[in-house]
Amino acid sequence: MIKVLAHLDGVSVTHRADGKTTAALEAVDLDIISGERLAIIGESGSGKSTLALALAGLLPDNADVTGRIRWPALGHTPLPGRDIGFVFQDAGASLNPVLTVGEQIAEVAQAHLGIGWYEAYGHALRLLERVHIPQPEAALGAYPHQLSGGQRQRVCIASAIAARPKLLIADEPTSALDMVVQAEIVALLQELVREDGMTLVFITHDIALASGFADRIAVFRKARLVEIGPREKVLAHPRDAYTASLIASHIDLHSPPLIDEAA
Amino acid sequence: MNAPLLAATGISKTYANGSRRVAALDQASVAVTHGQTLGLVGSSGSGKSTLARILLRLIEPDAGRIDFAGVDLLSLRGEKLRAIRRHIQMVFQDPLSAFNPRATVGSALADPLRIHAIANPSELRAAVADLLERVGLGPALALRAIHEISGGQRQRVAIARAIATKPDLIVLDEALSALDVSVRGKILDLLVDLQREHGIAYIFVSHDLAVVRAISHRIAVMDAGQIVEHGPARDVVANPQSAAGRALVAAVPRLRLNA
Repeated sequence: MIKVLAHLDGVSVTHRADGKTTAALEAVDLDIISGERLAIIGESGSGKSTLALALAGLLPDNADVTGRIRWPALGHTPLPGRDIGFVFQDAGASLNPVLTVGEQIAEVAQAHLGIGWYEAYGHALRLLERVHIPQPEAALGAYPHQLSGGQRQRVCIASAIAARPKLLIADEPTSALDMVVQAEIVALLQELVREDGMTLVFITHDIALASGFADRIAVFRKARLVEIGPREKVLAHPRDAYTASLIASHIDLHSPPLIDEAA
Repeated sequence: MNAPLLAATGISKTYANGSRRVAALDQASVAVTHGQTLGLVGSSGSGKSTLARILLRLIEPDAGRIDFAGVDLLSLRGEKLRAIRRHIQMVFQDPLSAFNPRATVGSALADPLRIHAIANPSELRAAVADLLERVGLGPALALRAIHEISGGQRQRVAIARAIATKPDLIVLDEALSALDVSVRGKILDLLVDLQREHGIAYIFVSHDLAVVRAISHRIAVMDAGQIVEHGPARDVVANPQSAAGRALVAAVPRLRLNA
C-alpha cells in the first residue's frame, strides 16, 4: 500500500529582505511517498532548495511559510537530524573544521539515538565503513581539511544517516565534485537508500543524473512546480514545455558535436 | 600540416606541501591548431587548471617549453610579455571574481581596448557596444554594474572582454560549469560562432567530458599531472585508451528516456 511520508498542501515561501518580499515557492501541492526516490529538478531560482529547507524545517528567520506540510507516515513533525538527514552541496562548509570526522558523526548518533559516547564512536566507525571511506579507523581521527572533496561528502552522508532517518534530502550533493566522483557518490546514495529503506529526495539541476535512478521526477521553475510524474513518463512525454527544453538542453556523449569535424 | 598555434612540451611543475614535494604536472605536452578547440579534461587534482594557468603565463613552470605563434613564450619578459597577452585571453568559471564587482560592464570592456590601444577614447563607446552585440547583449547593459547582472550575462561579458583584443587563443577554465543548462547551451553556441567567424582557437578545460566533446576537435585527458591520452575528440570518446579516459566516459550521466 502506498504510504505518504509528506503531504504538502499549498506551500508558499516568501523571503523578506531590504523591505522587499520575494516569492521563493508558490502554492506547491506535492506528496512524497514512503520509500520512493524523488528527484527535484530545477535551475537557479527555481525554488528547489527552498523546498528542501521547508521540508526539513531549516528555513531562515526571514522566510514566511503559508500552507501546510503534514507527515502521515511519521505521525509527528520531523526532527531535523533524526527523522530527516540532509546532505548539502558544500561538504566543506557542512562539517565543523575543528572536530575530527569521528567526533562529528558520533555527535549526531549520541544526540539522536540515546547512546553513550563510546558506543556512538563505534557507530561512527561502522558508518565510515558503510560510506566506503578508505582506512576508516584512520579516518575517524582525521580533520575535514585533510580529506578530498569526495571523501568529505562521504563523511557528510555518514553523518546524515547516523540517526537512521526516514528521509534523506540531498541538495546538489555532487555539484562541487568532478564527474567521476559524482558517479561514485550517486551510487553510494542509492546503495544506502536501498539498504535502509529510506525515502530519498534528490535535488539537482541535472535531469540526466536524475534519470539514472529516480522513481519520480518533479520539475520546478520560478518558484512553481511545473510537472511531476513517474520518471519514464516525464522524460519520454513531458507535459510542460520547460521540461522539454531541459531535456533538449542536455549534453551527453551521444549529442551531436557543435563543431565541424571535417578532416 | 601547418605548425600548431601553441605547442607546450615537457611542462613540469612541483609544489611543496610541508616537507613533501607534489608533482602537479609531470612532463605534460599539448598542442592546439589555429581556429580549433583542444579539450583538456580530467578529474579534480589532475593538473588541468595548473597547465591552463601555465599556458597563460600566470604560473611559471619548473621545466618545459611553450611555442606560441613562433615565439618562445616562456622567454618573454616585461613589455614583450605584455604585448603578447592580447593574443592569449582567458575566461574563468566564476566571472564575479574575475571582474571588479563595482565596475560597470562598459568600463570592464573598455579597459582592454584602452590598455592595448585598440580603440581611441572617442571610439570607446561604440567599440563597447559592438562587443556587447557580438556576444548577444544589448548596448544598455554597458551602464549596469557587474554584480547586478545575471550569471549568464556576466559570462557573456567575460567572453566579450576576452575577444576585445582580437586574440588568437582563449583559454576557458570550467567557463560553463557554474551556468544553468539552458544558459550553457546558448554560450556554447556563441563560442562556436565566434570561433567560426574570427578563427579563434580555444583550450577548453573541464571535468565534464560531454561538454568538452561537444565543442572540441581534439581532446587531451589528464590524470595525476600527466597527459595520459591525446587524440581526435571522436576517437577519445568512442574508444578511450587510458584508465582515466575510460572512467571519464563511464561517468557521464546518460539521459535515460526509458527505464
